[in-house]
Amino acid sequence: MQFGIFTVGDVTTDPTTGRTPTEHERIKSMVAIARKAEDVGLDVFATGEHHNPPFVPSSPTTMLGYVAAQTENLILSTATTLITTNDPVKIAEDFAMLQHLADGRVDLMLGRGNTGPVYPWFGKDIRQGIELAIENYHLLHRLWREDVVDWDGQFRTPLQGFTATPRPLDGVPPFVWHGSIRSPEIAEQAAYYGDGFFANHIFWPTDHFVRLVNFYRERFAHYGHGAPEQAIVGLGGQVYMHRNSQQAVTEFRPYFDNAPVYGHGPSLEDFTEQTPLTVGSPQEVIDKTLTFREHFGDYQRQLFLMDHAGLPLKTVLEQLDLLGEVVPVLRRELDAKRPASVPDGPTHEALVAASVAEAVRTEDSTAPASRR
Amino acid sequence: MTPRTIAVVSAGLSQPSSTRLLAGKLAAATAGQLPAGTQVITVELRDLAHDIVNALLTGFPSPALREAIDQVLRADGLIAVTPLYSGSYNGLFKSFFDVFDPGALAGQSVLIAATGGTARHSLALEHAIRPLFTYLRTVTVPTAVFAATEDWGAADGSGEALTARIARAGAELASLIEHREPAAETDPYASVPAFEQLLHDR
Repeated sequence: MQFGIFTVGDVTTDPTTGRTPTEHERIKSMVAIARKAEDVGLDVFATGEHHNPPFVPSSPTTMLGYVAAQTENLILSTATTLITTNDPVKIAEDFAMLQHLADGRVDLMLGRGNTGPVYPWFGKDIRQGIELAIENYHLLHRLWREDVVDWDGQFRTPLQGFTATPRPLDGVPPFVWHGSIRSPEIAEQAAYYGDGFFANHIFWPTDHFVRLVNFYRERFAHYGHGAPEQAIVGLGGQVYMHRNSQQAVTEFRPYFDNAPVYGHGPSLEDFTEQTPLTVGSPQEVIDKTLTFREHFGDYQRQLFLMDHAGLPLKTVLEQLDLLGEVVPVLRRELDAKRPASVPDGPTHEALVAASVAEAVRTEDSTAPASRR
Repeated sequence: MTPRTIAVVSAGLSQPSSTRLLAGKLAAATAGQLPAGTQVITVELRDLAHDIVNALLTGFPSPALREAIDQVLRADGLIAVTPLYSGSYNGLFKSFFDVFDPGALAGQSVLIAATGGTARHSLALEHAIRPLFTYLRTVTVPTAVFAATEDWGAADGSGEALTARIARAGAELASLIEHREPAAETDPYASVPAFEQLLHDR
């Protein structure tokens, strides 16, 4: 089981002080938060990709490359990489390069992006979001697996005899998650390729996502990648902690009430009841997070949103200290419950091992009977 | 035959509300034309006002609002009644229909009605409310019912006219409901194309 954090990279005024960080401060904070994630024993840091203010992370592989140089164990990922508006050729190259620099500590989560104007800025149309995600990923998938690609599609210049460089590290492409909050077509896509499916259920009620994840699991099995419970599932989470539960509520309420996503709407209490948000003691976070498995089954990756809504860096780092105490408990509980037949969270080493085993199997089955 | 269900949505804000009163009369007129056992479910938007605004802000409905939306979607017919504010439906009425998923109401049988101070505003039904339901792709009956304050007094005969209009609109909705298949649960996951189709049907 892998635990980590994902960041939107928003520049938001701290509602308690009225102070707004500069873009430079926010970018450096994100790096400090990533380093802290490694220090407290988390497995994953994932950054969003945005091309409009008030968000700063427009160039995820630049940031992740910088973080890679300052960390040793952290898996560097995205939440999400825009498969619709980015050229799949550039994604193939950027992430293969990052994979080499980070010695394999890289995966990525693909998403469509829901901001209409971003699409035309990159020559695309949001009404073709699903079609773009399907075609672009199909090309990306080939570019990482075939040394020479001929390609003719609807959305980009054809390719003749094209080789994406560098080739993936050890011949094994980065693991891919597909993120979606409401499109079964994307769950279908993840299932078809045997990729991971990430349900960022932090802003919506659980029952909606249970259907989406179950659909992905069934289709994963349909396409022959294993049993439904062996599908690779990731979930979001959102927490604010204090050793004193009531103090957590008091401290977080002004951030909640003014948060860009849900502020000025439901009460903190209603939202906590209706979504995975947990504001309380570390034990309450443990208890609530353990319920995710009851809804979604055994899963492989849990990412928490910790640095948003104007929370200052100092607070976020303190929160990560507390998360560092919570995660070992969750890890122990969830790993103990997961049957041996259900895979652990994906790593480069595991993918290399699987690829070697697959090569051996293929060689065995094609060898003359006398040699078996 | 499966008993039919009529959902009544009333956006009246005062208590008691003439909008709610009109909605009740329309429901009775419709149910009266349908077989015994027809169920009428009333959704009072006033009770859901905060939940509706929250849903606009968060993108998901509270459990109570979810139940109201599902009741409207599951019903065989919808009677939608709003008071007129500033020459149109009130904001709460529009906001409620704004939180439905796009296309969710397509094909639903609908009767529209409104209340207002004087008959001067009655064409708002045709200029504002009917186009909303056209956008939502509902099948809306030809008779829309407007009740002005004076219609509630029968002294000059206008009350009778309102009663006749309610009866005609109710009969139209009942007839529409009777001639259509009962509402079926739609499963968004049942219609997802297989991946090969997604890949090649571009």
